[in-house]
Order: sequence, then structure tokens, then C-alpha cells
Amino acid sequence: MENKDTQVEGEGTMANKATIVVHSGDMDKLYSALIIANGALAMGMEVSLYFTFWGLQRLRRGALEKGPLSKMNMLGLGKWMVKRKMKKVGVVSLERLMQDFKELGGKVLACDMTMEIMGIKKEDLRDDLISEYCAVGTYVNEAKESTITLFI
Amino acid sequence: MANIKVDCVGETCPVPLVETRKALRKAEEGDIVEVIGTHPASKKEIPMAVKSLGLELIDTQEEGGVWRIRIRR
Repeated sequence: MENKDTQVEGEGTMANKATIVVHSGDMDKLYSALIIANGALAMGMEVSLYFTFWGLQRLRRGALEKGPLSKMNMLGLGKWMVKRKMKKVGVVSLERLMQDFKELGGKVLACDMTMEIMGIKKEDLRDDLISEYCAVGTYVNEAKESTITLFI
Repeated sequence: MANIKVDCVGETCPVPLVETRKALRKAEEGDIVEVIGTHPASKKEIPMAVKSLGLELIDTQEEGGVWRIRIRR
């Protein structure tokens, strides 16, 4: 069934793109970014995630799940309690969300200026996840064609 | 035409939506994707995704807290 009012699958139109800046490295904010991103992909949008500053730290090898809670972390106790509750409710891991994001065709972009400032080398990062290393121009170029842009 | 089953019983946001999309991507035109699950919001949101993908929602059923959604690719 073709519905003329809706987007045709895979079409890269303006109404069909979301760009999200992942500035925070906090665990809960990473969940927000990835859940929104995966939801947008599932609804047929194109999605790019721009990892910068503290967000980019989470793309270091072995660091994806290592972020603190943005509030009430209490030296990790708050995070431990939230994680326990999440497990009970059946929330999947950030790693799983990231794998799903890639499988559904999402793009992961790494900010190269952050890499310079923080002394991060390409070999420190998860190259299995990163689609491209880029700067602000790439972000603006994609954001101006997007109907959803978020800074998390 | 194949009938593809996706079991999302016990899964929460965003897994039912994501697994539905994965199955739809793999399906061939004309295939039927049948998703079962228990996450209440997904019962409303999977049909929204089907609509925005321009695909056909065949039907939605619910029995004892378990819903079943059938989609034609």
C-alpha cells in the first residue's frame, strides 16, 4: 500500500533526518541520545550522532558504559542503583543500543578537535562504530537538512 | 511470501520498535512481519512507524497483556 502523505522508505528528504550532538558523557544522557536515535531510525529517518567533548570519551575502547549518572551519582552508588533497576525493567545495554543503531544504518561521527584537545588518537577509539572523523562543517551541513536536531 | 515472526515479549523501549524495523528491512516486498510483545507504548508506536514507513498495517490484536501486530512489507 502506498500512502502519498507519508515518507517512502529510505528517501533522504528534509523531513526525514535527525542529527544529535552527543556532548555529554553521562550514562543517562547517552541512553536518551541512543534511544531517540534508534526510535528515529525505526520510524524511517536518517540519523547522525555527533560525538564531541565528554560524549567522545565514551567512544574510547571499553568506555561506553563507564559514564556517571548526571544527577545523584553519589560516587557511583546512584548509578549502581539505577543500573540495577534498569536491569529489572529489561532496559538493554548502551552497547546493544549502539549495535542496533549501526545495524539500522545510523552514522556515528567523531569530533576531531576534541581528539586534539584531549589527546585522543584514532587507535584509542572504537573504529568499529565510527563512520567518520569530522569538524563543525559536517555537522552544520547535515543539521540544516534535518527536522530534528538535539544537543544532549 | 514469507511470514516473519518477531518475539519482543518482556522487552521494553526501544527494543520492540527497533526489532520491528530490523525485520522490515530484511523482509522482501509482500512478506508479512508479525511482532508480538508486552510493552504497552510499543503497541501504539509500532503502527505509527508502519505509517511513516508507508507500509500496510494488517491488524493489531491483544489478549491478556500480549499484543500482536501484523505488517505487510
